[in-house]
Amino acid sequence: MWKRITAVGLALGLAVTAGACSSSGGKKAEEDSAAVTAGKANTPAITIAMVTHAAPGDTFWDIIRKGAESAAAKDNVTLKYSSDPTSANQANLIQSAIDSKVDGIAVTLPDPPALIPVVKKAIAAGIPVIAFNAGITSFEQSGALAYFGSDESVAGEAAGARAKQDGAKHVLCVVQEQGQVQLEARCDGVQKGFGGQYDKIYVNGRDEPSVQTTIAAKLQQDKSIDMVITLGAPFALRAIQSVKDSGSSAKVATFDFNPQIPAQIKSGALQWAIDQQPFLQGYSAIDGIWLYKTNGNILGGGKPTLTGPYLVDKANVDFVGKFAAAGTR
Amino acid sequence: MTTLQTRPAPAPAPDERYARRSLLSRLLTRPEVGALVGAIVIYLVFFAVAPPFRPFESLSSVLYVSSTFGIPAVAVALLMIGGEFDLSAGVAVTSSALVASMFSYQFTTNMWIGVLVSLAVALAVGFINGLLVVKTGIPSFLVTLGTFFMLRGLNLALTRSITGNVATNDVSNIDGFNSARKVFASSFSVGGVSIRITLLWWILFVIIGTYVLLRTRIGNWIFAVGGSAPSSRAVGVPVARVKIGLFMAVGFMAWFTGMHILFAFNTVQSGVGIGNEFIYIVAAVVGGCLLTGGYGSVIGAAIGAFIFGMANQGIVYAGWNPDWFYFFLGALLLGAILLNSFVRRRAEAMR
Repeated sequence: MWKRITAVGLALGLAVTAGACSSSGGKKAEEDSAAVTAGKANTPAITIAMVTHAAPGDTFWDIIRKGAESAAAKDNVTLKYSSDPTSANQANLIQSAIDSKVDGIAVTLPDPPALIPVVKKAIAAGIPVIAFNAGITSFEQSGALAYFGSDESVAGEAAGARAKQDGAKHVLCVVQEQGQVQLEARCDGVQKGFGGQYDKIYVNGRDEPSVQTTIAAKLQQDKSIDMVITLGAPFALRAIQSVKDSGSSAKVATFDFNPQIPAQIKSGALQWAIDQQPFLQGYSAIDGIWLYKTNGNILGGGKPTLTGPYLVDKANVDFVGKFAAAGTR
Repeated sequence: MTTLQTRPAPAPAPDERYARRSLLSRLLTRPEVGALVGAIVIYLVFFAVAPPFRPFESLSSVLYVSSTFGIPAVAVALLMIGGEFDLSAGVAVTSSALVASMFSYQFTTNMWIGVLVSLAVALAVGFINGLLVVKTGIPSFLVTLGTFFMLRGLNLALTRSITGNVATNDVSNIDGFNSARKVFASSFSVGGVSIRITLLWWILFVIIGTYVLLRTRIGNWIFAVGGSAPSSRAVGVPVARVKIGLFMAVGFMAWFTGMHILFAFNTVQSGVGIGNEFIYIVAAVVGGCLLTGGYGSVIGAAIGAFIFGMANQGIVYAGWNPDWFYFFLGALLLGAILLNSFVRRRAEAMR
């Protein structure tokens, strides 16, 4: 048996080395994309913990992390990144950052009642805290110095208003996970900003075939839907396919951005994308702590600093698109 | 005078084990019959309440969703009949897609090389699962729970360290992508209704699985090791090889589904697939497989996947309040399982 396995392994190796190369695409075709760098500060080395509520493997959070890593490289900061989608576990992660006596903590506040007590503990221990991405209404109460992020309701309203301006009559909001406050706030904002006929649907964001078919089923069930708004970039790609499958003529738009989105906007398959600039959120959170540590500055002066909504459509996709392709936008 | 009265000996009563049972009674004692009744009831319910559910196009998309769960469920059902679980099957689908995509992209090779490398990796994962279960004697539930978490971590960590992102790169312009897409993710039209190729593959796999289970020696072995591993070892069944083979079959089906995901959606997100392992097990159980092993059918698992697909899509077609989606889904599945066990008990009473 082992002989046979070795033989298969060898045959495979040979097939690979025999130069079964692809003439197009692949790594060879990948352009050298310059990382976002700006030299390195000569300030003393410090350690900053970043604790988020990201689910592992989410493209959106990956961009936040890249922003944080860029700022850390520039500011001579050692970044300790950790995340957990459950608020109790996230609170534990913040506590372990306090225990390891970091010089600063950048934190998301998706569930303020669960997280504010531990943030207050960090501040009592003399560790400066900056909030980002989630917690726009509660960061002041927690004692965090600043907030970088977008207001989900404002972003939702902007999307709804744009849909109305595009002439949509019946909007469908696609939610990829049930029970998430930020996602619900976006859809509620869409409904408010749009003002017309509106429906909401939940899909299983962890299974791509069912995302696609569930949206298609909804479009078949209600043929008057003429615009689909998804709350995350990967789901927009599925929704585009759903529209084709169901024979609907609905248009598709989305929140958030990923490297595949610009091409879809250029081709017209996707109308627009509302970006909250996750790279900027991660970058400013780390840079904000560094500024506070080195010069006592507070970005935003204690008020929330908005990073979005930033709307990308055909008019500006060429400019923004090249950064997205590099995975930093 | 005594006469020996010789009475003709009564004709020996036919051995009841060889008695021919009526067709109906034979049909009703099949493991999948309860699920079949459940499927018909759910189909009729949605047919009645959801007009968009009625056309063949809708049935086609229901069957598509069912096939993406049903293909791995074929092997998962065989494994359960053989007395084991595989909790790593859901993420193994994602792993297979990631391996094929990243291998072809990073080495700029023809897509088919990545597909074959991914097959080798998937079979190896199945082999390791099986070997660990057989050699250590630790319940497969625990062993595969471990590999489930390990694969989940590897999916994310390797994707991020190789591509720098948490999703793979676009591979649609690599040589061989289009031919691979034809095999794994194309669709064709029958009388104006678009049919996904996964449906045909699913039917083929169900036929092969059923044939192996009911008509070959390997099938007998699978029932035997699931019923009692020590007794079957005593009568000369190669228990270790059967179990390892079954885990590798799950690896194969996970690979096949992964290839579908890759060629249908082009870029693969490293976090997807988690939770699907339970849907495969649910399909097998709704279809009549016993959680304890030794009993069940592949056709049943296919019907179970179809029930799940119908419930999944039907709730949307019916336009029921989306907040209640998972409640309805759970209620429908529970109803199908209850109906299943009710029908089976009636059938056994009839026998």
